[in-house]
Amino acid sequence: MPQIAQIGEIYASQLFWLAIFFGLSVIVIGYGMLPKVLSTVEMRDSQIAADLKEAEAAQARADALEDGYREAMDRSRAEASRLTAEAKATAAKKTEASLKRAETSINKKLDEAAEALAAARAAAMAEIEDVAAQAAADMVGKVTPLAVDEKAARQAVAKELNHG
Amino acid sequence: MAEESGKIDPMHQFEVTPLFGQEWEIAGYAIPFTNSALWMALTLLVLWLFMLGGMKRELIPGRWQMAVEGVTGFISDMVDSNIGEKGRKYVPYIFSLFMFILFANMLGMLPTALVGVHAFTVTSHLTVTAILAMATFLIVLVVGFGTHGIKFFGLFVPHGTPLVMIPIIFVIELISFLVRPFSLAVRLFVAMTAGHVLLKVLAGFVINAGAAGAATAAFVSVPSFILMIGISLLEVLIAFIQAYVFALLASSYLNDAINLH
Repeated sequence: MPQIAQIGEIYASQLFWLAIFFGLSVIVIGYGMLPKVLSTVEMRDSQIAADLKEAEAAQARADALEDGYREAMDRSRAEASRLTAEAKATAAKKTEASLKRAETSINKKLDEAAEALAAARAAAMAEIEDVAAQAAADMVGKVTPLAVDEKAARQAVAKELNHG
Repeated sequence: MAEESGKIDPMHQFEVTPLFGQEWEIAGYAIPFTNSALWMALTLLVLWLFMLGGMKRELIPGRWQMAVEGVTGFISDMVDSNIGEKGRKYVPYIFSLFMFILFANMLGMLPTALVGVHAFTVTSHLTVTAILAMATFLIVLVVGFGTHGIKFFGLFVPHGTPLVMIPIIFVIELISFLVRPFSLAVRLFVAMTAGHVLLKVLAGFVINAGAAGAATAAFVSVPSFILMIGISLLEVLIAFIQAYVFALLASSYLNDAINLH
């Protein structure tokens, strides 16, 4: 086995050259290049973390905007329904007022008509009394020889009409 | 062993040969630039090229950048879950350890022999794995005594140990602690060596039986070759697992040093 058989003659050379080449690899690779590679990775990781955070913030902003939009939407919808209700109420009030006005005028006309009717009836009544009194007096004159004066006949008719 | 498999020596691949600089030395120790050193350099180069693809630092990563970030994330997550917040400091070391071992394992498996270069697996050498393990163990000791001082010895006395048992438990825990670098080194060394020896032995079967005639080729070479394909795939998995185990154990030992028990 040359590794063991040759130890005596090669160990110094092996030690020397390994010290140089491994030492160089520790210095150049380990302390020179490795930290730069690691820092690149770290930089990228922090960049990704920052980007993620930013995206999260943007998401939150978008959510807030949407909330605001929805709130505004709700508010305007409520406003619209309030306006509609108001308009409805006003319209109803107006209709009521005009209805009332129409009613009063109709009532007035009705009253006038009823009054005119009552007057006509009273006049008719009075005429009937006159005619009745005349007829009664005439009948009495024809049946009996008694002459009934107009006044008495009228009283009798009125009495009969009131009772009848 | 060389006779058993014809001209093919499954151990030859582990031989370290100087390429140049045979006369170089420091304080009397010879430090020639060997094939092993070359593959360490290649490992570093390929690792650097791989990492370079992750340095574009784009916000939306391409495939290569994704791959690099995947590996760095894998190791930093492992350290995080093993040690916690205090372990961040050690991610560069653990990461370099993991990647260096992984790329060395993978490079050793490349079929570079097709272009005439013999691939060399750095991590199949006990000298290399031992140095990596020792370095890790040393860091654990420095961190442990640095943050806890003498209290670090408390690591060897678990909570709720009866007073009489403390001396025995202490010795047992101390031994298990001191064995860690050896187990760390030997595990990787053995895993890589065994895989490569097995592949080379099977390759010897394929070639030698193929040369012996059509009948032996059909009965020995073809099944061996199919087995080699399967084992090569398994080796890719082992290359990853061993690198992962080394890094995982290193971070778990560091966790002991930082958080005690």
